[in-house]
Amino acid sequence: MADLTSDFLGIKSPNPFWLASAPPTDKEYNVRRAFEAGWGGVVWKTLGLDPHIVNVNGPRYGAIWGADRRLLGLNNIELITDRPLEVNLQEIKMVKRDYPDRAMVVSLMVPCEEAPWRFILEKVEDTGADAVELNFGCPHGMSERGMGSAVGQVPEYIEMVTRWAKANTRMPVIVKLTPNITDIRKPAAAAKAGGADAVSLINTINSITSVNLDLFAPEPTIDGKGAHGGYCGPAVKPIALNMVAEIARDADLVGLPVSGIGGITTWRDAAEFMALGAGNVQVCTAAMTYGFKIVQEMISGLSEYMDEKGFSSVNEIVGRAVPNCSDWQHLNLNYVAKAKIDQELCIKCGRCYAACEDTSHQAIAMSDDRVFSVKDDECVACNLCVNVCPVEDCITMEAMTPGQTDPRTGRVVEPDYANWTTHPNNPAAEAAE
Amino acid sequence: MADQLSAGIVAGRLSPEELEANFADLHPRLSDHEALVASDRCYFCHDAPCITACPTDIDIPLFIRQIATGTPEAAAKTILSQNILGGMCARVCPTETLCEEACVREAAEGKPVKIGQLQRYATDTLMAAGIHPFSRAAPTGRRIAVVGAGPAGLACAHRLAMKGHDVDILDAREKPGGLNEFGIAAYKTVDGFAQAEVDWLMQIGGITWKPGQMLGRDVTLEALKGAYDAVFLGLGLAGVNALGVEGDDRKGVLDAVDFIADLRQGDLSGLSVGRDVVVIGGGMTAVDAAVQAKLLGALNVTLVYRRSRARMNASVFEQDLAASKGVRIICNAQPVAVHGNGAVREIEFAYVDDDLKETGETVRLAADQVFRAIGQSLEFDGLAMDGRKIAVTGAGRTSMDGVWAGGDCAAGGDDLTVTAVAEGRDAAEDIHATLGAG
Repeated sequence: MADLTSDFLGIKSPNPFWLASAPPTDKEYNVRRAFEAGWGGVVWKTLGLDPHIVNVNGPRYGAIWGADRRLLGLNNIELITDRPLEVNLQEIKMVKRDYPDRAMVVSLMVPCEEAPWRFILEKVEDTGADAVELNFGCPHGMSERGMGSAVGQVPEYIEMVTRWAKANTRMPVIVKLTPNITDIRKPAAAAKAGGADAVSLINTINSITSVNLDLFAPEPTIDGKGAHGGYCGPAVKPIALNMVAEIARDADLVGLPVSGIGGITTWRDAAEFMALGAGNVQVCTAAMTYGFKIVQEMISGLSEYMDEKGFSSVNEIVGRAVPNCSDWQHLNLNYVAKAKIDQELCIKCGRCYAACEDTSHQAIAMSDDRVFSVKDDECVACNLCVNVCPVEDCITMEAMTPGQTDPRTGRVVEPDYANWTTHPNNPAAEAAE
Repeated sequence: MADQLSAGIVAGRLSPEELEANFADLHPRLSDHEALVASDRCYFCHDAPCITACPTDIDIPLFIRQIATGTPEAAAKTILSQNILGGMCARVCPTETLCEEACVREAAEGKPVKIGQLQRYATDTLMAAGIHPFSRAAPTGRRIAVVGAGPAGLACAHRLAMKGHDVDILDAREKPGGLNEFGIAAYKTVDGFAQAEVDWLMQIGGITWKPGQMLGRDVTLEALKGAYDAVFLGLGLAGVNALGVEGDDRKGVLDAVDFIADLRQGDLSGLSVGRDVVVIGGGMTAVDAAVQAKLLGALNVTLVYRRSRARMNASVFEQDLAASKGVRIICNAQPVAVHGNGAVREIEFAYVDDDLKETGETVRLAADQVFRAIGQSLEFDGLAMDGRKIAVTGAGRTSMDGVWAGGDCAAGGDDLTVTAVAEGRDAAEDIHATLGAG
């Protein structure tokens, strides 16, 4: 069993799996259950000033599903904690006392003035918590009051509030970013400029999950009306991965620790975030869908993977895929591949044919007896057939060997790397040496 | 009070509760969620093999996608536009040798999409909503006689009515439905579905039901030809082939089709069945009779077929069903004598190879009831025949102008409900085209 011990900003936890600030970490009862189940840490659901906020008394969540009602995406309009500040602080203190080996981070959201930040940071420090996370992410409800994503969408505010936080606590400060912006590097840079010890991302994405076609109202519907919520769950993972990678590979942000969040459901998802630079990960929707027990699979899965790879520390995964994250312009245009259909595996459904013939390059032939084969002189290796094929590994992309002639272009495959920056069709191409 | 051990042919071997459980729906309708899960497994294949395998060419991927997207009524219309008896076919089609055998998931993992059950889900949903999604074209003034209210006749009549023709549908029986009503195992079509389906089909309008009209007894083909613009014959096969062995006429030796018809029409607790039942034959009728004899409470039921298991007309699914209900299947044995004193007591079989050459050994089975299910034949003359069936060319054209035939009475095609529907439908299209040209 590999050593999964995690050290994030000096905060030790037995594994890199934390529960994100959300309903699962709203109170002592849940968090104790989470720690008993094996979670490495929690980010306590966001605290605010008293009088505490209130939530709607109707549905807070909406969802989209895949086959057999597998939950793929979840949307919520729940606000920050709706319990008194003192109650939360007492509970945090007791839980941290009983679980000193687990990470206890407290999420915070108060108005954009220094006094309330100073006030609440002092309170949190008294609990013995390991760190704070500034919630600049929630896109619904609180943002209408000038908090949450309303701060996270303005880099100057991020920098200002982060600076206040750093000035008023000795605890590490993590800044949680909203994805509802155009360039994630700008708010990350602002957080760094303000002195943040780390950023965590992504918070939820503005969303309407569905429309009730009888009521003509967005779901979830409260008395005939619906408000946009924040989208999370497996469906948002690709968006989150990209944003994490954007930060990890930015020259000005190199070294800024990242806590990865966004649709992490399995150990594999977690490992992917870490490979793109996340020092640890935070999970919410998967726990809300299946309960806390999933962490057992995440622990065993990551451990087995690390053993197979011979990694002795989770840090060996962190950032390992970042050097391979490239700009399009640097991709090798001399790499030529062709789709190849394994006739033994093919079940003759014809989806590759329909997809290629109707929507792509007419590069798959279909015989009278339903044998499907690739026309190498038409195939551009787009990969659509691979993606629509229901049989794993039935269609593969095979790289051509340098020296072979591509039957589509009639050109010999070059052994050397060449990209768009030097391509003759690029008006801005640099002259080759 | 009789029980399973009682000798002879008696009623009431099982309690009413046991009978009700035994004759419950073989495949209850899928729930909404089950249907969504099952439909999600469809790959929406290009030029799908299941369509090719369906004798009525139902656009299966389309109707399954319509179910998956929450529009089962639209799915039903897709089905019914090709096969107006799609509800019955969903229940009785040997899907494992048709659409589901061709399903690519059968090739991939041995578990095809549940096409038959999804078809039932869609058609049941539409029929439960009381919707008949077709309407008649403007009246043509043409009158057509359809003889036989089985699957072929009903399909033909509906399509003709839809085209604006007036149809009289004649049948020797007092109830319409043909084999759907009289010839299919009860557990495949519970709750009076066959009649409900006919009632629903008749909603198209323009079809007049004329019961008790038997061709040759109550009406002649000549008279029909004179009175109507066209005639469609969907007579089915009325005659039952005899065993042709000594003692064939002993008491207790019966036709399986009559037993099945009694089962469908009568009260199960009043129906008599033997303790030791032997069914002779290897087709669907033989299996239906054997399984239902067992479900009625017969202690020992043996199905005896003269050739090898692989050559049985009954599908593997049907064979397995029979075995699961406790029916013993003996192959490569043909009857040579029915023994007894007045009533049958034993039936003797000779073991034969696949070419029906006797091995010289025989076996006797105790039997107080024997069902013949060795095929049926047509008792009809007046048209050119092809073997024991009416010869047809193209879409059911017989040797006589203005007379079409389809279903089991016509040569060619498998004797399946779905084939009969296809033939009735196609003959109707041909009749319509012919009348239009005239």
